[in-house]
Formats: sequence, C-alpha cells, structure tokens
Amino acid sequence: MSAVILFLTVLAVIAGWWLSQQRLTAKPWLEEGPAGDFPGGDAMAWPAAKVGLGVFLAVASALFVLFISAYSMRMSVVDWRPLPVPRLLWVNTGVLVLSSVALQWSYVAARRHDTEGVIIGLLAGGASAVIFLAGQLLAWQRLGAAGYFVASNPANSFFYLLTAVHGLHLTGGLVALGRTSAKMWRGAEIAEMRLSVELCAIYWHFLLLVWLVLLGLLTGWTDDFVNICRQLLS
Amino acid sequence: MVDIPYEGIRGIPPAEVPDVELYHPRSWWTRYVFSQDAKVIAIQYSLTATAIGLVALVLSWLMRLQLGFPGTFSFIDANQYLQFITMHGMIMVIYLLTALFLGGFGNYLIPLMVGARDMVFPYVNMLSYWVYLLAVLVLASTFFVPGGPTGAGWTLYPPQAILSGTPGQDWGIILMMSSLILFIIGFTMGGLNYVVTVLQARTRGMTLMRLPLTVWGIFTATVMALLAFPALFVASVMLLLDRLLGTSFFMPSLVEMGTLSKYGGGSPLLFQHLFWFFGHPEVYIVALPAFGIVSDLISTHARKNIFGYRMMVWAIVAIGALSFIVWAHHMYVSGMFPQFGYFFATTTLIIAIPTAIKVYNWVLTLWRGDIHLTVPMLFALGFIITFVNGGLTGLFLGNVVVDVPLSDTMFVVAHFHMVMGVAPIMVVLGAIYHWYPKVTGRMLNEALGKFHFWVTFLGAYLIFFPMHYLGLLGVPRRYFELGDATFIPSSAHSLNAFISVVALTVGFSQLVFLFNLAWSLFKGEASGGNPWRATTLEWQTPETPPGHGNWGKELPVVYRWAYDYSVPGAAEDFIPQNQPPRATQLVQGAAS
Repeated sequence: MSAVILFLTVLAVIAGWWLSQQRLTAKPWLEEGPAGDFPGGDAMAWPAAKVGLGVFLAVASALFVLFISAYSMRMSVVDWRPLPVPRLLWVNTGVLVLSSVALQWSYVAARRHDTEGVIIGLLAGGASAVIFLAGQLLAWQRLGAAGYFVASNPANSFFYLLTAVHGLHLTGGLVALGRTSAKMWRGAEIAEMRLSVELCAIYWHFLLLVWLVLLGLLTGWTDDFVNICRQLLS
Repeated sequence: MVDIPYEGIRGIPPAEVPDVELYHPRSWWTRYVFSQDAKVIAIQYSLTATAIGLVALVLSWLMRLQLGFPGTFSFIDANQYLQFITMHGMIMVIYLLTALFLGGFGNYLIPLMVGARDMVFPYVNMLSYWVYLLAVLVLASTFFVPGGPTGAGWTLYPPQAILSGTPGQDWGIILMMSSLILFIIGFTMGGLNYVVTVLQARTRGMTLMRLPLTVWGIFTATVMALLAFPALFVASVMLLLDRLLGTSFFMPSLVEMGTLSKYGGGSPLLFQHLFWFFGHPEVYIVALPAFGIVSDLISTHARKNIFGYRMMVWAIVAIGALSFIVWAHHMYVSGMFPQFGYFFATTTLIIAIPTAIKVYNWVLTLWRGDIHLTVPMLFALGFIITFVNGGLTGLFLGNVVVDVPLSDTMFVVAHFHMVMGVAPIMVVLGAIYHWYPKVTGRMLNEALGKFHFWVTFLGAYLIFFPMHYLGLLGVPRRYFELGDATFIPSSAHSLNAFISVVALTVGFSQLVFLFNLAWSLFKGEASGGNPWRATTLEWQTPETPPGHGNWGKELPVVYRWAYDYSVPGAAEDFIPQNQPPRATQLVQGAAS
C-alpha cells in the first residue's frame, strides 16, 4: 500500500497548498461585509468543467494507483511468473502517443481559431485511439493463442485486468471525443468548443501517462524500483 | 459587534457569479422523474435510501428474533442468518447512510447553502441517481435469485466469500460485487458534482470560512469518498474475477469440499488491506456530514454562534486526512506484521484528538445558550451522547491488546452500532425534522416527533449499552446460536431476549415517524420560509419549497458567516447571511 500512501501524500500537499490560499485562519465572526474586502475566497479562475476533470483525474489516478499497489503486493508471492509482453504493445504505445499528439495539435488549432485543424486533429486522435484499442485486443488474442490465459498465472491476470481498465477509460474518453467532434462537425462556434477540445487533450495525456506507467510495470522495467520500495518498507 | 461603516454596499451587483445555464424541464417526466434539479434528485436519493434501509431494518428484526429466542423460529436457519447479517450491514453502511448523507442531504443542501442555482453538472447528477437506483435494484434482486443473497459478512472476506458452503455462492456474491461497482460509479458522478459545486459555484461573498459546517462536512466527506471508494472498486473487481474467471488475486490454494480447488497463491490479506483502506474512511464519510449537520442544528436551536468555528473546520479537515492512515486497526487479528499494529494504534488514538475537539465545541456551544428543546435539538443532543459513548469504546478497541480478545465479540457490535449506527441515524432524523419544513413548506408534528425521539433514543441505548456487557462476557458475534457454552451464563440469554424485545419496539416506533412524514405533508402546520429563524442561505429563499433555480432573479450576496445568532445589539436574535451590514445598523439605530 506504499504507492497509495505516496499518492495520497502528493494529493495532501496539493490540497494543503490550496487550503493555505483560502485564509483558513480568518476569523469570520469579525469579518462582516462584502467579500471584496476579504481576499482569497473566490472560486478558481478555471471553468467548472476543467475543475471537474481535475477532480476526476485524481479519482482515476487513485484507482490506478490502488491497482498498482495490489500488483506490487501480489507479485511478491512465489507463484508469480512474468509473462513475455507481446511486441505489439510497443506499436500500440506509439499509436497512443500519436493520438495524444493529434489532440494536442487540435487544441493548438482551436486556440488559433483554425476550425479545419481542430476537426482533423480530433478525427486523427479518435482514429488512432480506436486503432490502439484494436491493437490491445489483438495483443490479448496473441497472448491467448500462446497459452497465456487470464487465470493461468496472477501475472497474466493482472496484465489482462490492467489493460482492460485502461482501455475502458479510453473508451469513455472516446464518447466525450465523439460528442465534441460531432458538435464541431455540425458547425459549433470554435470559441465554445475550445474548452471541450482542451479537456479531451488533457484526458488523453493523462491516459498516455497512465499507460506508460502500466507498460513499465508490465514489462518489468519498474521491478527494481518496486523492489527498492518494498525493501524500504519491510 | 463593532460598527464599521460600509459605503456603497447597496450598489454591489449580485450577478458577478456567472449564472449556471439551467436546464428547464418541459414535461412531467423531466420535472419529477428524470429531473436534473438537485432538489428533486435529493428527494429521489432519500426515498430510495430509506426504502432499502427499511429492508435492512426488517433484517435486523429477524436477526434479533433468532438471537433473543433461539430455536423458536423455524423460518430462520443458519444460512439465512448469515445472509441477513451481510445484507443488513452492507445496506445500512453504504446504500443507506452514504447515499442519504451525500446523495440526499448533499444534493439538497449544497446548492442552497452556498447560494448556487443548482449543481454544476446537472445531467451527470441525474445519471448519478439512476445508476444508484440500479445498484440498489441489483442488490435487492439477490433476495430472489437461486441461493439467495451472499452470506459472506459485510466485509466479504475471501476466501470464504466465494467458496461453496457460503450461502449465495452462485449468484448472491456476483450480484453483490456488481452492485457495489455500480454504486461506486454512480457515487463518483455525484461526488464530482458536490466537490466542484462547493469549489466553483459559491455565490458572491461566500468565502470558504463563511460556509456552514454542514457544507464543510459534506464537502470533506465527499473528497474522502472519491479517494476511498476506488479501493472498494479494485477489491470488488478483483474478487469478481476470482469468482467468475478463476483468477487467484485473493484466493490461496485450498481444499474445497474435499477436492483441491483451482486457486493458488492469492493473498486474502491483500483484500483486507484494500477493503479497509476504503472501510475506515467510510466511517468518517458517514460521520463528517453528521458532524457538520449537528453543528448547525445545535447552533440554530441554542440560538448561539458555534463555539470555535475555525477549530471545527480544521478538525474536519484533520479527521479527513488522518482517517486514511488508520485502516489496519481493523486487521489486528488478521495475522499481519504485528508491529504495524502499534503504528496504526497510534494513529487511531491521534484521530481522537480532533474528534474530541469537536465534541467539546458542541458542548461549549450549548453552554449558557438559549436552548430550545425542539425535536431537531433533541436528536442533536442524543447524537452527542451516543457518539461520545461509542467513541470511548473506540479508544478501547483501537489498542491492539484490548482489541485482540474483544474483536470477535458483541463488544465490537455494540461499539460500531453506537458510533456509526445510532449516532448518524440520530443526525439523519434530526436533520429531517429540521429541513422538512424547507422541503415541503410544512412542519412535522411535534408531539409525534418527541414520542419518536424518546422511544428511539432510550430504546437504542437499551439495545446497545447492555450489548457491551455481553461482549465482555465473551459472547461471540456472527453466531447463529450460542449453544450450551459454559462461559455464557443464563443471564446473558435473558439479556439477549430483552434486547430483542426492545429492538422490535424501537423498530415499530419508526412507523410513527413514517406516518408523521406522510401525514404532515398534507395536514402539517404551514411553516413559512424560516420557521427556525436560522441564518443560513437555504432559509432565505424567495419561495418555500425553493423553486427551480432556487433564487428567483438574483443570486444572494453573502455578507457574514453562518452563525450570527444572538448578536448583542441586533434587533433580532439572528442575522441572515445575506443581510447587508447597513441594514443591521439601520435596525440598530431604530432600536436605540
């Protein structure tokens, strides 16, 4: 559970920093009058949807960190046999990077009021995300064909589980991306759509980051790191 | 109060908070059923939670019948008893208390108390309720599937939770996990709304330190729930895979019904870590909204500002943070590394400090207050007493050496029912008596309310206080019947019978409350907009019950904190949060 505690510490620092800006030491019983006289009580400058996405990303991170915690605890049992990660995953990773880049491009285009660029970026990002998901399914199929079934070893179980959870999050993102693209297609004002495009791009970068961490875990790159952490604890 | 002249206050435009684009319902369906109005969603949440909670109440009667009069009732067998325990615990903790405090009170009170028109994401808020309803229906369906609901205990510990021999192994456990997963998805949707609404939709002048403590409690609890429920989600998904696909996340190799099972190598302890990483914050997810609400009830009905508002806020935040590093005190007997236990015992005892600060502040708020013994106030006082009682036994159980002998006895049952069952329910009931006039425009009947309070409070005490003694005698929990154990004297059996009789009485007395709710809806005395003469914004709405959009044309502007009761020199003994300072001064001038 050390990963979770570490994650919560980071969140606590962020929350503590934010709270420290909120004048929690104020004596509200003495402060009568309009708020303008008392700084630090305003809502954040970000739009609500962006704050909402931020909170959601914290929740999703908690979910993935807990899965990673479970992973690291379970892998210390002797029956753990790491599975050979299919090479296809590297191709998939490349596609996911492309997807993220495309959405970033779309966001930059939105800031430049370039409608065509936004639509191309969204479609390219969406298409490559779909290709990534198809590639993940293909990787599952190849593993299955090679005899690495979901229940035959905990390493396999975690491989299928983690890729599935990540894929489901990406699928959810595709719904939002689809809605944004549809609105753009129907000719919505670009100024209205900029926020939606930005949120999609942020979510995609987040999922890319999560995928890179998961990939490091599944290929065993982070094994040494996990081992060090475990030794520190025990 | 120091008179400071404020110039130009009248000229403050209230519209500086950007208005939320409200969805306006066009038909009966979108107004009352698929409504995006937080107030309607709140009522839907509350009714659903109450309905499933009544099922759990009936289950507790059945358990009490068996415990009080073993062997008398042929329609309860050992398997059913385990199923009743499981469903009673799970429903009460998650589907009733969590849903009612956050989905019910959170939805109703947050937008009104912070001066918003609605939640910031109304559509997601609506989805949240429907996913919750689906979760409840899936849970309730387990009563009707072959094999019945799971009997694994509300903690659902593997390996026994999914092995044959545990009731509900076929369908019950699968549906239970599915229902929990749905609940968490639904809650996350709602939780995003509660957090972001408090962060972004506060009206002009509503600084964080002017928020009523109810909002602080619900807000902090929601943040905790958003971070803690993923642990239950992870545990549920992995256990579901163990059951359905035969993976071995949690399942060690073992012999099941004489044959070696397909499982191997899994770690039941891992499940306990995940479960309690959710499970302990869950205690405070229920307790913090109760703390907040009870602070407001006490301040309003004692006509006195809350003592130590800043301390109260800091204590809520501190409890929220600390509650994430105490989870393993539920696992002293799990066989984990023993020195962990001492770390967790220490953190557990530390968390008693902010909690004690809160209790002292409630008592000091009452000190020399103008106490009105209204029904909400009675329930608030009842809460303090039961909570202190349950909290003190928590100090016992937080210590490893005391917990080990007591952990499988009725002492634990008595402890957590006092602190997490009766105490929050006292707040729920008090809060319903308090806010019912705002929701319906009518008062609940006071005589019936007082009868309800005294039967519930005294009854709950008579049920759970003697149970501590049963625990100290060593009477085990979770047992279908005690048999002829020599260490259990016959007086313990009579005490069990007594507890059962009281439990049934208290249970049936809740019918009075339900009758009161229904009767007062049509025949109750009209309440007006602010029957308790309270300061917080929800009592200052132009209409009662508040209309769609809450505030008419203009959002309120907040000029003061939420606890200006009995301010010396003021004309009334309360000053609403949205009353400008100048108006107060004018009244003062007229009075002098």
